[in-house]
This record gives sequence, structure tokens and C-alpha cells, in this order.
Amino acid sequence: MGPVHRSVVYSWLRHDKKFPHVWCPGCGLGILLGSLVRSLVKSGLQKDEVVLVSGIGCSGRLPVYVDVGSVHTTHGRALTFATGIRLARPELTVIVVMGDGDATAIGGNHLIHAARRNLNLVAVIVNNLNYGMTGGQFSPTTPMGAKASTARYGHIEPAFDIAALSATAGAGFVARTTVYHVTQMEKLLTQAIMHPGFSVLEVLSPCHTNYGRQNRLGSQVEMMKGYKKQAVRVERWEKMTAAEREGHFATGVLVDRELPLYLESYAKVCARARAQEGK
Amino acid sequence: MAKMTATLMQGNEAIVLGALAAGCNFYAGYPITPASEIMELMSRRLPAEGYPFIQMEDEIASIGCCLGASLAGRKAMTATSGPGFSLMQENLGYGYIAEIPMVLVNVMRAGPSTGLPTNVAQGDVQQARWGTHGDHPAIVYCPATVKECFELAINCFNLAERFRTPVILLADEVVAHMREKVTLPEPDDIEIINRRQPTVPPDWYIPYKSDGSMIPLLADLGQGFRYHVTGLVHDERGFPTRRQDEVEPFYNRLFAKISRHFSDLEMVKGFSLADADTLIIAYGCTARSAAAAVRIGRQRGLKLGLLQLLSLWPFPRRAVEKALEGKKLALVPELNMGQISREVKRVNGGRTSVYRHGKMNGSMITPNEILNHLREVN
Repeated sequence: MGPVHRSVVYSWLRHDKKFPHVWCPGCGLGILLGSLVRSLVKSGLQKDEVVLVSGIGCSGRLPVYVDVGSVHTTHGRALTFATGIRLARPELTVIVVMGDGDATAIGGNHLIHAARRNLNLVAVIVNNLNYGMTGGQFSPTTPMGAKASTARYGHIEPAFDIAALSATAGAGFVARTTVYHVTQMEKLLTQAIMHPGFSVLEVLSPCHTNYGRQNRLGSQVEMMKGYKKQAVRVERWEKMTAAEREGHFATGVLVDRELPLYLESYAKVCARARAQEGK
Repeated sequence: MAKMTATLMQGNEAIVLGALAAGCNFYAGYPITPASEIMELMSRRLPAEGYPFIQMEDEIASIGCCLGASLAGRKAMTATSGPGFSLMQENLGYGYIAEIPMVLVNVMRAGPSTGLPTNVAQGDVQQARWGTHGDHPAIVYCPATVKECFELAINCFNLAERFRTPVILLADEVVAHMREKVTLPEPDDIEIINRRQPTVPPDWYIPYKSDGSMIPLLADLGQGFRYHVTGLVHDERGFPTRRQDEVEPFYNRLFAKISRHFSDLEMVKGFSLADADTLIIAYGCTARSAAAAVRIGRQRGLKLGLLQLLSLWPFPRRAVEKALEGKKLALVPELNMGQISREVKRVNGGRTSVYRHGKMNGSMITPNEILNHLREVN
């Protein structure tokens, strides 16, 4: 399938009242929004078959722009609402957009259990290394030594690796990309949507307004160029030595495996329950 | 049709049977004493019907799951006790502001914190009203018998669906664990209310625009109606707004949709009130002791009467005012330090003398304690 035409993307957006969007100029969330819509179209989905769920923060404002069922929930709890929606209507494709603080700090418990359960949900975790909306405080993914509004003398906690965390917790599909790598992002999103289990896509996105400014990383353009330098496709990453990996991160499909699917297992539970009731 | 026979059952069991009779077809929860039997029974009953049941990682997730499922068209319930109820307050507020029907059962035990996990208390009465942040209306019912557990569970579902709001069933450890003989009504004799669905084509649907009822019509998510739901204050289309001319009408409607139906929500039972000169106001397990106190007192020639509150919030003001009228005194026994007695004093307006009888030692108030207190103040 070729590129999705602009007019198709346009037809998937809500035009009553909602634009311009709330994000800072240069924010990566707009790029993700475009990629998400294109990958939904590429997956052959209709608007009525999709529900977008989000938590709180800059990423939480994403679903409102898309002309599908959209639920902007409470901080960290998006996956719990999504679980309810998915169980209630298994025919729906439920995509959850969260930030790094949203998904791995306040919502960390829900993330690992959703991964363990392997219910078919797509978790898109936008990682900008800090709490952007509240003014650049450190998050669980802020690198050690970095500066943040609540770590003026340098951050002293080790950072979470979102992809490794999700994989260890049991997600069927785990991938990583950046908003610089738009083509890859679109492809990975489509793969995540098609995957039958719980899939996690970590998307690195620059927050030049807060994280970039406090750590003197330059403009959004400079930060994007940084992604270009640091990102290494996982195929190449696997052949690199530890020394070569320094200052880089792997992108692409990190985990893709077949695990028992929650809904299939639950259908068996229902059958067993019916059989016992019949006795 | 064969007449249903009386069965011996537990309060928690009756809550489950009531919920199922009301059409509950989704349950998400987290184990906690003294509410666990509700989840255990649901885990057996729902899969047999092909309905979702899920044990979540905590109470926050449980209520989130219920709210999501309800948006997608399910009649959802969760049950918990004090510590879990505290955790649920955040998403309970989401349910109020986004107007999502669901039933939350809180089987009260002694708190705060872990408190006395296996002992009875009635300390969550004000939490059930004011637990989540921000001002909002709340609907809360409280059973005193196993039969009432069944009836009020149905009532809670009906009100949640009718008013598009979370409704709380506030049971207590004694009523939840007690076994009584109950004769359940025939399914055909049970009135069931389901949420009103939009009848307009999806393109015309405005999710938070209401008609004269002030209650918007809730379309099932993913059924051709594409709309936005948020915990932010929103306009009629469901989109976030800070415009004062939209924010104020939103809050006004949220309150009015409940307050204009106070008389429908008020539920009390009166015992020996006709000629009583001394009034006892009680609810939950304490209403059982109070009923016994009235019986014993009457045998001794005391003119005692009991007003049992089944609806706690909105506070049944009119019924309480009427009962207080012309009484020598009123006593409010409860397993806390005065959470309902302060409401009674608030509406008393000088009609009579109102005394509270608080008890917090993990056990019930006995009929004798009530009679002794009455003797002291009489």
C-alpha cells in the first residue's frame, strides 16, 4: 500500500472547534498524530472500529483531534479504561496514547499488568524524558545526571527503559522509534495494531520547551538531529559492541512473540463455566 | 410460574443476585475483606453467561475498567471496602464529571487506613458523599437486611442508568456477612431501567446536550457514534472548555439532574412512628439494633419509633424533618462519631433535641445501649 493521501488524513480529524492544537511549536506529538492516522488507514480500519484512549499530560490531548471514539481519562489510568472498553467490546481496536510519566510513574502498575495479561491493546508511549505539561520535572525516564525543574543539581535516579520493562512484564510486541523516523514510526504503528496481543511502541519525542532548554540541547531541530545520530536499527544494534552502543539506542521491532491471548483464554473459561452450570 | 422458595443467603450474595437481576454484565474488582465474596461469586456467575469478569491489579484499575466498559455499553459493577474505596475516589470523580453509569459497592469496615479489617463500622458515610475532590452530587444507598441488599443493588443500577452517574451501595460488614432467609421476587416482577440511547443519526448526535430531563443520552462507544469523553469540564460536544458561559451551565446541570428528583431518591422505612414521642434514626446494621430497641422499649411502655434511612445521599431531608416533628427527642445511633447525626441536627431546625450515639470499638451497638442512652437523656 502506498502513502496515505493528505485528504484521507484530513477526513479522520475533527474539525469542529478543536484546531489549532495545544502543543508547543516543534513538538513531536503532531507528527505522531499524523502517523497514527495514516497507520490506522493502512491497517484497513474504519473510524467506527477504533477507540483512542489517553491519560493526562501533553500526550493526553491527542485523541480529541481524531474523529473516532476518544476517551481522555485520568492520570496514569488510561490502560485501565482501555481494558474495560476492550473486554466490553472485543471487536474494537483500542489504542492507548500515554506519556512517559503517565505510563511508567503513576501508571507503572497498570502498564506491567496490562503487558502481563496480554490483552489486545496498543500502548503508544511518547517518551520526552520529562513531565512537559507541568513544567519539566523529572520522570522515570529522565537520564541520570540530567537537569529538571525538580532536579536542579542533576538527576540522581537511574532511568527506566520502557521497552525492556514492557518486554520483561510480558508484552507480545515491543518496538521503539522516534518522531524523526516517520516512515519507521508508521510501519511500527501498523505492526502494533495488527499484533493480536498487548503491544507497546515507545516513541521518543523532543520536549525542547522544558527538557531541551534545561539541558541546553538546542532547538527542536537540534534535538531531532540528535535522534538521527543516536538511533540505530535493531538489526545493526545487535552486532554492535558495548563501546559502540554508548550514546545510541536501538529502534525497530525489539520483541515479537506469540503468547497466550487473554480473550482467547477467557472464551475457554466461559465455555468451562457454561459446562459446569449445565451439570 | 412456580413460586420462588425462601433461601438462606448472605448479604454479599444478595448484592450479587440483585446486580445480576438488574442486568449487570461486567465486573472488575480487587479482593478485600469484607467484600471479597461479591467478587468470588461474580467470577463464577458472569463467565457462565459469557460476560466479562476481570480481577485487576488494584482498586484504581478496577473502577477505571468499569467506567471504560460502561462507556462501551455494559452495566458494570465493582465492590470494595474502605482502603479500596479511598483508592477509587479519583476515578469515581471521573465517573461523576463524565456522567458514566456504574455501581460501586463499599462494604464498610473500621478505618481509617487498614483499621479493623474484619470488624464492622459506618465510618465511610461522609466519604461516600465527599470522598472525591471537587463539588458534585452523590447518590448513596444503605441496606440493613439481606433482602434490602438485593433490592437496593437493583435500585442502584436503575438509578445509575437513569441519571447517568456512578451510584454507591454502602453496605457494612455485619449486613454483608449476615445470613438471612430471603424470598426473592420473580424476574418478571423486577423493574429494570436501562440508559436512554440516542435515536438521532450519528452525525446529529451531541453527546452532552440534554433535553428537558437534563440527563444527556449516552451512546455506546464504538457503535457508530464517535464522540469525546474527558475528565475536563466540557461543552455539550464533550470538548474541553474554560468559557464561563459553558462551565457554569455544565455544573448547574450536573447538580440539577439529581436535585430535581430528590423526592424519587428519598427512601426510608418507618417503624411504630404513628404514636411515638421518642425517635430513633438509624441505618445499616445499626437500624437492626434500633428496631429491637423499639420492640423492647414498647414492651416496657415507652413510645419509641424508628426511622430507618435507606437513602443516605441525597440526605432524605423531608422524611427526617417530618419524623422529627413533635417528638420529645431524637437519638441517632451509628458506628462513627456522628456522621449522620450532624445531618439530622442540620435539618432539625429547633424542632426537637437531637442526640448522637457514636460507637467505635469494632462491634455493633446493642439495643440495650440505645435504651440506656434514651433513659439518660429522657
